[in-house]
Parts: sequence; C-alpha cells; structure tokens
Amino acid sequence: MSQHLITVTVENKPGVLARIASMFARRDFNIHSLAVGPTEDPTRSRVTMVVDGPEMEQIVKQLYKLVHVIKVTEHLPGEAVEREIMLVRVNADPSRRSEILNAANIFEATAVDVGAATITFEVVGEPSRLSDFLEFMRTYGIISLVKSGRIALAKDNKSASRSRKRTA
Amino acid sequence: MADQLNGAAILIRSLEHEDVEVIFGVPGGAILQAYDELYSSPIRHVLARHEQGGGHMASGYAHATGRVGVTFATSGPGVTNLITPLADAYMDSIPIVAITAQVSSAKIGLDAFQETHTWGITMPVTKHNYLVTKIEEISSTVREAFHLASTGRPGPVLVDITKDALADEMEWHGPQEIDLPGYRPSVKGHPRQVKAAIEAIINSERPVLYAGGGVIRAGASNELRAFAKQQNLPVVTTLMARGAVPDSHPLTLGMPGMHGTYTASTAMQRSDLLIAIGARFDDRVTGDTEFFAPGAKIIHVDVDPAEISKIRKADIPIVGDAKAVLDQLLAQGAERLGGDAAPPRTEWLATLARWQRDFPLAYEQDPEGPIQQQYVIDQLSKRSGPDTIVVAGVGQHQMWTSQFWGFEKPNTWINSGGLGTMGYAVPAAIGAQAGMPERTVIAIDGDGCFQMTFQELITAAIEQIPVKIAVLNNANLGMVRQWQKLFYGERYSATEMSHTIPNIPMLAEAMGCAGLRAETPADVIPTIEKGLAINDRPVVMEFVCDPDAMVFPMIVAGGSNDEILMGPEDVK
Repeated sequence: MSQHLITVTVENKPGVLARIASMFARRDFNIHSLAVGPTEDPTRSRVTMVVDGPEMEQIVKQLYKLVHVIKVTEHLPGEAVEREIMLVRVNADPSRRSEILNAANIFEATAVDVGAATITFEVVGEPSRLSDFLEFMRTYGIISLVKSGRIALAKDNKSASRSRKRTA
Repeated sequence: MADQLNGAAILIRSLEHEDVEVIFGVPGGAILQAYDELYSSPIRHVLARHEQGGGHMASGYAHATGRVGVTFATSGPGVTNLITPLADAYMDSIPIVAITAQVSSAKIGLDAFQETHTWGITMPVTKHNYLVTKIEEISSTVREAFHLASTGRPGPVLVDITKDALADEMEWHGPQEIDLPGYRPSVKGHPRQVKAAIEAIINSERPVLYAGGGVIRAGASNELRAFAKQQNLPVVTTLMARGAVPDSHPLTLGMPGMHGTYTASTAMQRSDLLIAIGARFDDRVTGDTEFFAPGAKIIHVDVDPAEISKIRKADIPIVGDAKAVLDQLLAQGAERLGGDAAPPRTEWLATLARWQRDFPLAYEQDPEGPIQQQYVIDQLSKRSGPDTIVVAGVGQHQMWTSQFWGFEKPNTWINSGGLGTMGYAVPAAIGAQAGMPERTVIAIDGDGCFQMTFQELITAAIEQIPVKIAVLNNANLGMVRQWQKLFYGERYSATEMSHTIPNIPMLAEAMGCAGLRAETPADVIPTIEKGLAINDRPVVMEFVCDPDAMVFPMIVAGGSNDEILMGPEDVK
C-alpha cells in the first residue's frame, strides 16, 4: 500500500490530536505513524504523519476542515529531510556479542543498554536506515522494538514540496 | 465602563449580542446559573420536554429563518439526549449553537454526578466544539461558535461551559474579536473554473442542474432560477433542496433518487453534463455510483472542498458559496452569450417533457377504500398557500410529502434528510413556528415518528405555538414494512403498530391541542378545513390510512438508477 508523508501545522490547543485521530477513525483512514511536538512558534504544533492509502486528496481536505488545522503539507519522496528514532532489543548471546556490535557499528547504531543475553540499540536516521538495521538484526532475533514516528521538514531552497491548497 | 459580571451573565449578554431571540432547552443542575441569568433577559426561552426536542426545535428554527438556532442543555444526560439533533444538524448542514453546562472544572474526570465527556462524544457530530473552563473565554467562544455555525458550510457548534466558569465573576468589556487562523472558507469561485463551467454548459446537449441543500442554505434560490433560465437548464431538486426552484416552473423535474420522479432520475442518467450546486452525491440520489450518470461530465460547486470528488470525480470543481458562484456564473454566462439565446436543446427538453407526461407521480383514491396518504398530502397542499412551511419526519410520509407537495418557495420545506431522524417533525415544526409566528406551519408525520416526540406538543400548547400536525396513521412503521413486503417475503417483523392505540385525538386534547380524526376519504377534506381554521392552539389531525400503500417510484438501495420500479408490479 502506498504511504504518504504529511506535515500538519495546527493551533497549539488542547485536544487537537484527538480531533485528528477521531476524524481519521470516522472517515476510515489509517495512520501508520504519528509524531507531535512544539514548533518555533509556541502557538503552533506540528504533527508529522505517515498515512496509508490512496485517498490522499480526501485526507488533506478533511484535515483542513478541522478548525484548528492551519496548514497541511504533503512531502513527496526526496523533498523533505526525514528522521526517525528507534530503540530495538535484540538477542545477544555472549558468544555472538562482538559480532553484533561490529554490525551495529556499520549501521551507526548505538548500544544503549546491555543485559545478560540482550543488547538494546538506538538508531537514528532516515527511515530506510532503520528498516535496513532491523532487517539485519532479524537473524539474531528481535525481542522488542519501539519507534518514535517519523518527523520531517521540507528541504530549504526547494519549493518542490507541495503545500496542498484548500481550493480543489 | 466595564461591568462586574458572572460567567452566566456574560454568556447571556453574548447571546444577546448575537441577536438571539429564542432559546429552546431544558435546565438542570450544572446549567442553573445560566438559567438564572436568562430569567431577566429579553431572550425568549421555550421549555422543551426533552433535550432532543429542544435540539430539533433549534434546527427547525434555523431551517425556517435562515438564522442560527440555539439550544441549552445541562451536563450528562442533558448532553447525551442532544446527540441526535446535533448529528442531524451536522448531516444537513443546519446552523445551530448548543450551549451545555459541564461539572465544575475541579471535578472533571472524577465521574461526578451528571458528568459526561461532552467534548469527546459530540466531536464527531459537530462542525466544531469547545470546552470552556475559564470565565475569560466565554465571550470570545460564543462569538466564534456563531461565526463557525453560520459561515462556510453551516453546521452545529457546541459550547460546553463548566459550572465554575459560569459562577465566577470578572469585569466584562463586551464581545471580543475572534481568532480562527485555520478557518478561512472560500466564498468566490475561481474565475478560470467559472469560465470553464460556462463553456461546458453552452456546449452541453443534455445538461441537468442538480441543486442540493447548499442552495437553500446559501439563500441562492433566485440566482439558481435565473441561471436555469439564462442557460435553459432543466433542474432537479434533491430532498434538501425542494422549493429551491418552484415546482410549477417548466424546467423543474422534481426530486431525483430512490423515491424521486422518473424524469429527474432518468435525466441524470442520460445527461452529458451534471451541474451540481450545493449537493453531495448522496447514495439516496446516486444509487450504485458505478452506474450513476455514466455519460455525464461533472461540474461541482460546493463551499466545502471535501465534498468535491468525494463520491464522484469532478471534471470542473468550483469551491465557493452557492450564491456567490451562481452570481459569477450568471455574469460569465451573460458575457459569453453576448445577447444570444442559450442553446435551445429542443430534443432534450422534448424528451424530458415526454417522460414527465408518460411517467408522472400518481396515486388513486378509491372513494370507498382506505384513505391514501398521497391524497391527504395533495389536499393539504391544495389548501395551503405557497408560504406555508411544511415539516416532515422520516419514512413514507416524508417521501410522499416531498413528491406531492407543490413547493414554490425556498425555506418552506423542513425535514431530516441525511441522518433520517424519526421524530424530527413535531419539534422541528415548533421551532419553525416560533421563528415564523405569522406563517402557517404544518408537520406531516407518520404514526411511528409521532410517537417518538409527540410530547413536545405540550410545549407547543403551553407556549402558544400553534403548529398543525397531520398524522398519517397507517398503524405501521410504513417504510420498513414496505421493504419487508417487497424484499423480505412479507414477514412483518416488529413493524405493526395500531390504528386505535394511542387514541391520537384524545392524546392531542390531553396535551392541550385540538384533536381531529378522519377515518374515510370523505372525512379528509372537512378534517383539513377544520384543522386549518384552528389557530389559537396546536392541532393534531389524524388520518387513518392504508397500511398497504407504498412509495413509488423506487430504486432499490444500492441498485442502478436505470432500474426504476414504478409500482409493485415492477418488483421481481
């Protein structure tokens, strides 16, 4: 299924996230990942979403119908700087530990916790790096995994990123 | 000089600033303070017998007057009872503002007495909603609520205010500016799109102007009629747009869709260009979208961009207010025609006229048989002026009224279209009558609908709101029974009611209304004449009708609009 990356600039008011989530549920749209946080302007928050499905036009229009939504920007591939953070705990029997650490080094993953038979890595970067690392670690066995949700900023000096206007 | 006021006083003053003349509601614990201030306000309060009634009254008021209807309810059950009218107004884009009270801010989340999560449960059924916990926010929130309810695509807005915010005091300096950076509805259409639309219309051989409720809400009926005339366009009016053009106008084809006229539905099917204005391609209009108007290009004018291409891809989308865009289309059309006449479309119009002649809406009243519902509506319509406001509930009686009432003016037809709320008619009629005291308001109701909300007639009698209710009593939940007859092998599961219980005229009298009954066709006209002559109190006219009468034409739900059942003989 095709995935789309959108940034939604909203008024920093209580319940905005609930409004967005409720609208997605009601309209039967699917959110793949979601990250919310403050912006340079304390009256605004930014929601970065990866959404599934072919209904992008409707999703954008329905977002705009929410009174607290100010701007919706869809980022086409390559038009934005994208980052995500992941914590992943993998099986690491002492006999294979150095092998795993060497591999992690190549992916620029940082070991942040070590247990008797596990290592927990932090990986930051483009979503593809995270998925590559995960793919590699599957051979050792992934015990648990958490992702922050993708965040993105449109690249500077490039007007290619489409800001979908309210008029159709 | 600023006044030291409590939150409730600020609320009431803010409503006075919005020129609110009437509030429909029910008091309770959390909202007591607001009612205390209302006691000394010039705003009229109509005490509903149930919050659902109060909400539908506000909706009927808004329908009839074009102004924002206002309803009050207390916390908890007051709010949950209000959900249906909110959802109803949301589906039909009716501007209402609901003011509800919430438990004190310190008690929120603690399962206090009559606490419910109002903001959360009303979010999906309102255009926008608020939880106000501070007195400072009351005034600006009321201003925003009225602005949101009445502009862009209208709709219900709810303002939930905590008990402590209503009780606190502050210096009040009058209404405040609103700040809605994310709310900028488009009004005018894009000139290039308007131009493209006119070109498409002039080049069209089989156009149909598809008018929806947005035309009524925008007050664009005159513009619509002028545009139909200028471009020589036949017009279909959806259930929400009945009256947008006069039914007596030669270009009017009536209602399209599931129970629409053969000509309206078939014109859309054969059309090469649909000009949708304030309409949303509802499934009751389109049937199975795969087979809907297969040869038509689509011009879609709507103030809500999300409606455009939601169901059917628009070839020429125009975002804007129906009235503003029709003005643009009229100007552009006049310029493009440059004094020439619009294309005559002789063949197309002749075809439509032939269909209208060959497939009219019809019924037969056997003088010895049971009363046919269509006959009652027809006779009521013939005896009522064009300014009469007609209200309906949901079901067979609603469809027959849409079919057989001759609508000549906008804002004279009030019904629950999108949500299909049974029980809508009685309270909505009361709201309409409260807003339009000089007009005749007639609700045409079914016995099923009537029994959902008739208690509001007590409100009407005590408040001296002399609505007229015609109950077409077929002793059944008629539309469900019709489906059971046609598609469920006549297994009448849970649809049978009674011709005798309740005794409707006695019930009416008990509620302070006049109660009349017609049992035979010969009784119909005298009963109508008697009922229409009573103006000092509400009147309930019961017509004992035929349980087997069915609504036709009919397009089976989810079927193709090419397959129109004209009568029971067409059902396989």
